[in-house]
This record gives sequence, C-alpha cells and structure tokens, in this order.
Amino acid sequence: MGVETIRKPADTRVAVKPAFDLALRMGDNALILAQRNAAWCGHAPALEEDIALANVALDLIGQAKLWLGYAGELEGEGRSADDLAFLRDGREFRNVLLVETPNGDFGQTTMRQWLYDSWHHFMLEGLKASSDERIVEIAEKSAKEVAYHLERSTDLVIRLGDGTDESHKRMQDALDYLWPFARELDVADDADRAIAAAGIGPDLASVAEKALAYRSEALSQATLTAPTDAVPRKGGKAGVHSEAFGFMLAEMQVLQRTHPGVKW
Amino acid sequence: MVTMAAVTDRPSDAQVQAWLETVPDPEIPVVSLVDLGIVRGFAWDDDTLVVTVTPTYSGCPATAVIAIDVETTLLENGVEKVRVESQLSPAWTTDWISQEGRRKLHDYGIVPPVDGSACVGALKMTGAAAADIACPRCASKAVERISQFGSTPCKASYRCTDCLEPFDYFKSI
Repeated sequence: MGVETIRKPADTRVAVKPAFDLALRMGDNALILAQRNAAWCGHAPALEEDIALANVALDLIGQAKLWLGYAGELEGEGRSADDLAFLRDGREFRNVLLVETPNGDFGQTTMRQWLYDSWHHFMLEGLKASSDERIVEIAEKSAKEVAYHLERSTDLVIRLGDGTDESHKRMQDALDYLWPFARELDVADDADRAIAAAGIGPDLASVAEKALAYRSEALSQATLTAPTDAVPRKGGKAGVHSEAFGFMLAEMQVLQRTHPGVKW
Repeated sequence: MVTMAAVTDRPSDAQVQAWLETVPDPEIPVVSLVDLGIVRGFAWDDDTLVVTVTPTYSGCPATAVIAIDVETTLLENGVEKVRVESQLSPAWTTDWISQEGRRKLHDYGIVPPVDGSACVGALKMTGAAAADIACPRCASKAVERISQFGSTPCKASYRCTDCLEPFDYFKSI
C-alpha cells in the first residue's frame, strides 16, 4: 500500500496523483479554516479582531481557490474549485481535524489559528521547492500572506498567554485541547509519503521539527506549556471527520445544494 | 492569417497602454491598475487583445471586478475582442507600485508601502516596527500600528501618536 502502488498516469506528469492529493489537502485545510473563521464576522471581541479574522478568512479562501482549482485540473474530470468545495460530501474532504474544531471562545479560535499558521508557514517554505511548478507558484503567493497571519496569531498567543490570569487559563486550556489535533499535521500517511517521494512536497517530519522549534520559543514567551504526552487526534486526512464537521458543511454548502448550478 | 484591414484597425501599443492607465482600482479609485502593477502586460492573439493581470491578495474581492473593468474599458474604446488572463508567478509585490502610484496614494491619505520592504515570507515573532512610516497628515514618525488588517485586504490600520489621527498604511507584501 506504499509508494510503489501509486498507479502511473498515462501522460508525462508522473506525479499527478501525489500532486492532486497535496493540492486537495492544502485546499481543504485552507477552505475549512476560512469557513470557521468567517463565522466570527460581527461577533469578535474587538472591531480590529473582527476585521482581522474576516481578512484571514478571505486570504485562505483565495488560497483554497488556487489549490482546489489545480486539484480539479489534475483530476481531469472537469470539476472546478467551486464544485470541489460545495458539492463533495464530508467523507471526501481531506482537511485535518484541527481546522474543523468548533470555534469555542476567542482564545480557542486564536490558538487553532496559531497552531495551523505555524505549520502552514513551514509547509509552504517546503512547497516552494516542489518539483511541480504550479505548486511552487501557489506556495510563493500564499507564503506572503501566511507570514502576516503567523505574525498576528503569534503576537496574540503571547499577549493572551502572558496576560491576565483569566486569559492565561483560557489559552492554556485551548492549547491542551488543540495540541493533539495539531499533531495530525505531523504524522505522514501513505499519501504524504508518496507526495514526499515524488518530490511534490517536503517530508512532514522536517516541517514538524521547524514548527515545533518556532512554537517552543513563542510558548515560552507566552508562559504556556505544550502537552508532552499527546496522542495525535487524526482521521481528517482519510476523510473521517468529526460530528461538528457535518453541521459546518451543511451550512457551507446549503446554497449550492439547494439551487444546483446557481450563479452569483 | 491576419488581414491588412485587421492590422490597420489595431490600436498602437501606446494607445492600449494609455487606455489601461485610465482603469482605476475598484477599491482605491485614486490609483490605476497600471500604477499598482496589477496589469502585467498585453499582447495580440490574432484579433484578440489579451491583457495579463496578476492577483494582489489571494482573497481580494476586487479581483473579479478588475477583470471586468479592464475588459469593459477596452471594449468601450473600440477593441472588438478582449481576453483577460491571470498570471500568478512571479507573485505580485507592493514593490511594483509605481512612484506615481505612491504619490497618488499618499495624497489620498493612504501611506504607500515603504520602498523595498516587501515581505518575502520572512518571520517575525511579534509586531513589526513601524520604521519609516510617517503620518500622512502631520508627517510625524511617532506612529503605532493598531492592526495589521484594515478596511481592505491591502491595508493596515495605524495611528499617529502626535496628532492622534488614525490612518491607513498600504501593507508590504
């Protein structure tokens, strides 16, 4: 079931399957995190944070469009980014469980964003060296935006972690809850190994190492402690999602499901 | 084959460039798409004028409007067939905003991105220094960042600590 079983495509793009998997995973992560963040619009604790969450969501939706658009092209069945976003069922999504976790309070949303940003940044750095030119282009474009996403979320994690007793407690609780979910990003499955073997993406262990070093420094400034014995909470990459995901997806897809082919 | 008639009907490159320079950015209409470096170039594909544009921020809602505005402007000027294509690489950077564009932004009250400060994905652990950003009203450099995110994806919110006025900074990417 490893790399060797990946079927060889008929055309010259020998790495079509791994490139498709990579684009789908990156696209689904961005899309689902964006949908979660967008639910804060009009509800964030401060106007600036409301705008920031909506803007981060917009960037991620834009990135999802690039990734899913490419996934659709690679698949070759005529599905657009919109088709992939709005007309797939839950089991077909490949995002990690972290990005679909419920928003919780502002601290939990901030911690989720930071855990993803701090992986996303190093993942994109690795993808800039992909053997697939289109993936390099999308990674270079996205990396510029993710750099300021990470700057913002790191700043907030430090300020809230090293803030009042209440904010510290909420951030520590969020970290304890979310850390096992973030580990799904680090654990390679067969598709991840095929992606790395084809030179499409980096070895996830090397990304995890860089992300951990970055997070450790920020957490020490934030006076927060990461769990050391966390068993990865995984399933999303294989399409096995949480109950909460179904409700989120129903809301996200209702328009396109109710009015097939609807145009803005 | 291109007929003689088509060749004589075709506007000059200088003319096309001049038309494109009149297309304003949908969200900051004081600057044109050419000033912002969004229009990357144009070429003829037989009788179709193909304009290449580049997205600024991945999720910028203005992207779709920009393509329509470019097409409309050229059609209104008598070009019969127009196609707008999007080019991702090299990724757009604020360093491409022209000097003219920077002057117009400043006069409009938006501080243009500091020259050559475009972010290449470099990491900063906490809030960036506001080096060389001056208040567009009183020119004081005593400014602070309120938020990296402002009224549009391309702007950050700042405040002058001398005159106390808030202002927009066109953030560097």
